[in-house]
Amino acid sequence: MSWLPTSVSGRIYTALLLLLAAAPWIILWADQPFLLDLLSRGLILAIATISLNLILGYGGMVSLGHAAFIGIGAYCVGIPAYYDIYNGWIHLLLTIVVSAAFALVTGTICLRTKGVYFIMITLAFSQMVYFTFVSLEEYGGDDGLVIYLRSDFPAFMTMDGPVALYYWIFGVLLLALLLVHRLVHARFGRVIVGSKFNDERMQSLGFNTYRYRLACYVISGVICGIAGMLLGNFTSFISPEMMSWIRSGELIFMVVMGGTGSLFGPLMGTGAFVFLEQYLPEFMKLLRESWLEYWHLPFGLLLVALVLFGKGGIHGMLTRLDARRGRTESD
Amino acid sequence: MTEPILRITGLCKNFGGIIATDNVNLEVQPDIIHAIIGPNGAGKTTLIAQLSGQLRPSAGRIEFNGEDITHHSTASRAHSGLARSFQITSVVLPMTLLENVMLAVQGTSGHSYRFWRPVSRDQEMRNQAMEHLTRVGLGDRVHRLAAEVSHGEQRQLEVAMALAMKPRMLLLDEPMAGMGTEESARMVEILSGLRGDKTILLIEHDMDAVFTLADILSVLVNGHIIATDTVENIRGNLEVQKAYLGEEHA
Repeated sequence: MSWLPTSVSGRIYTALLLLLAAAPWIILWADQPFLLDLLSRGLILAIATISLNLILGYGGMVSLGHAAFIGIGAYCVGIPAYYDIYNGWIHLLLTIVVSAAFALVTGTICLRTKGVYFIMITLAFSQMVYFTFVSLEEYGGDDGLVIYLRSDFPAFMTMDGPVALYYWIFGVLLLALLLVHRLVHARFGRVIVGSKFNDERMQSLGFNTYRYRLACYVISGVICGIAGMLLGNFTSFISPEMMSWIRSGELIFMVVMGGTGSLFGPLMGTGAFVFLEQYLPEFMKLLRESWLEYWHLPFGLLLVALVLFGKGGIHGMLTRLDARRGRTESD
Repeated sequence: MTEPILRITGLCKNFGGIIATDNVNLEVQPDIIHAIIGPNGAGKTTLIAQLSGQLRPSAGRIEFNGEDITHHSTASRAHSGLARSFQITSVVLPMTLLENVMLAVQGTSGHSYRFWRPVSRDQEMRNQAMEHLTRVGLGDRVHRLAAEVSHGEQRQLEVAMALAMKPRMLLLDEPMAGMGTEESARMVEILSGLRGDKTILLIEHDMDAVFTLADILSVLVNGHIIATDTVENIRGNLEVQKAYLGEEHA
């Protein structure tokens, strides 16, 4: 592996990661603390979309319930904190165990179905979790729960302060990217990708694809759960709203915008989504004061255009740039 | 005679009122090419689908290598050494030929819960895959995408994938389907090269190919096997000619 990528997309992604690594210093220097907030939230969502892309992009499992894992992770911080347990290792362990268990139980059932049935059943399960938390009066019901202190990792990295939390998030993002990259190129990932395109053939080659897909679903759920744990720490306020099906839909959109089945696609898609969501209203306001509230219209049109014309999302467009330059390199 | 590698007893399959497989009894001897011929709609593909596990028989018993596999899953049959190719080309189109065959090698070589090491660095698997690709004459285009190569080459890829599963027995469902004369001739050559090495159960429409390749022929008509014999005897069999080759030949 060469350290200097030759493709346009490779160079852009490398530059992006370097920029993200240096971002807090640039932002502090420019005295724009709000930007760090926006970036932190974006990167947390990016971890969630990277996990969704693992099952959706590489495995062809379109889940409309992935936000449930974000909620589970967030409540794995919120509920212990409610009882004054702030030990981060406990939060992390709880997040991993609960997300994995939820993924295992629901995946066992969901993965027996295909296509639109899979979409519907993942949606149903996530709505079950959503309404369970709405009805838990003890933990605030649909009013949510305030987390007064961040997860504490004694003798490890602290999460206190926006910069420390940012590097936590950035670190987890790098780990998630590395994990997905290794997974999809290892034997395990080849089975997942193969069964996306031709499941019957994979079975006749001797793979029990159901079990591999289930394992993949669990891994994806755990990564997304950890994103939720970070989100709980970031917002300091959690509510069932975090796991609504609308959020699950947005996650799918981010993956599709960025380019399904590519390593950096979800990161790009999330970036574009969060950026538009933040700045499009302001741009509309600039055009005419009263247009501000209609920002969803150009937003929707942009998304439609991107899906229609940007085949393969942002990643697809970048690789086409490479192809035009006569180079071929996949990530 | 030696012990048959595959024994089918009283196999029946009906879809509602339609009887697709009607009390089939068949024994396949090891290391020969055994062909099943029969007119369109005779139930050849239904029979193969039951052997490979995609379809569950309504009644009857399938023994492979002395083991009752009637209720085994497709994946577990593959592990016992039964590999099939598909009548309609079924490969992973967005992958290269090499990647396809490496998947086939991977399928029957231990589990795939390996999450970290890239398969591209698995030299052993790669060498095996290359060997099978070379054997079917695709050695010079292994990095082409399966979607980009010709139909004939996809059929060759099917055979390479079946071989890569290190099967004791190959179930080939019309390997010459949709092929031109030249492509067919190449496939006949490839399959002849496997004679004596693998047991092959061949389902094929192309009569010239069948008569060249097969050691034993079974004739399937309306889901029922009406004759099993050597090629010469089948050619001389009046009943077969009437049922299959048409009245005018009789």
